[in-house]
Amino acid sequence: MNRKLSPKELLLMFWAFFKIGAFTLGGGFAMIPLMKVEMVDRQKWIKEEEFLDIIAVTQSAPGAVAINSSIYIGFKLSGFLGSVVATLGTVLPSFLIILFVALFYSDMKSNTYVKKAFYGIYPAIVVLILAAAVNLWKAAFKDKTGIAIAVLSLAALIVFDVHPILVILLSGFAGVFLNKNARQGGGRE
Amino acid sequence: MTYLALFWAFFKVGAFSFGGGYAMIPLIEKEIIDIHHWLPMQEFLDVIAISQMTPGPIAINSATFVGYKVAGFWGSVMATLGVTAPSFLIILILALLILRYRHLPLLDAFFKGVRPAVIALIIQAAYSVGRNSFSGVKDFAVAFVVFAGLYLLEINPIVIIALSAVIGIMIY
Repeated sequence: MNRKLSPKELLLMFWAFFKIGAFTLGGGFAMIPLMKVEMVDRQKWIKEEEFLDIIAVTQSAPGAVAINSSIYIGFKLSGFLGSVVATLGTVLPSFLIILFVALFYSDMKSNTYVKKAFYGIYPAIVVLILAAAVNLWKAAFKDKTGIAIAVLSLAALIVFDVHPILVILLSGFAGVFLNKNARQGGGRE
Repeated sequence: MTYLALFWAFFKVGAFSFGGGYAMIPLIEKEIIDIHHWLPMQEFLDVIAISQMTPGPIAINSATFVGYKVAGFWGSVMATLGVTAPSFLIILILALLILRYRHLPLLDAFFKGVRPAVIALIIQAAYSVGRNSFSGVKDFAVAFVVFAGLYLLEINPIVIIALSAVIGIMIY
């Protein structure tokens, strides 16, 4: 099911996740554009469709999305050892930076440079996340029902504040239902 | 004993927080403040603020930070292990099942339905970050520069994030 990576490839994977962990600023979803570039575009370890599936699964399970997806992708690439190596890669930058802050620099919160840097980082993250959505567009929409599901999901999430897990489950069931109709009836409404 | 208590407290946080980072904060607060009285409230708020400002998942950052404050280096190791352990158990089981059965038409159709919803999730994430971060001309200028860098110059997102921090320090 999953091929085993060579030690050199494992190191490469560790480094890819380390970079993602080190530059994920401003919450879990900021990791999506970074992960997409590293995992899908550069290393071609996973396909776009599967990347979307992984986001759905890791968002629905408890825990941090960045950690969950590291475990999933690591496992897929190289079994249990792969999942440990990938997770270490994601966690280590956080761990080292937090220890550094705790030891030497506890008043970072009131530092004006840090604040100003974040004024620049947040608009950048918005553009990066939107760009990831556009990049993954083709992989997500195979037919018209896809667009309907996306529009309904977006309305549910933003306007009606429905929980993401519920949106994921309902759209999955819609997929099953519509697909069955299509196969049995030869067409769908 | 503190090590074990840290591990178990953060294990519970990891096991019961659905939806990532921000959903964890109330759970962490309950464990750290209400149950164990490990930190005074003001210090806890500082820990959360700094966890949001440093790279990486908030869950990991706050576990490492609280663990260190409560019991030093090994405290941070135990807390971080605790918050990651439930993810390991749950995701390994899910990955095993999904990778084994993904060829089944039922699961395939399920994921075909899910993918457009994930696009919606990603757009919502951009919306919720963007709602609070666009208030002036400078914010749109940064966004425009990033857009140009991404599409015209094809700069790597990691480089873009580093550059946007530098731009932020220079212009705000």
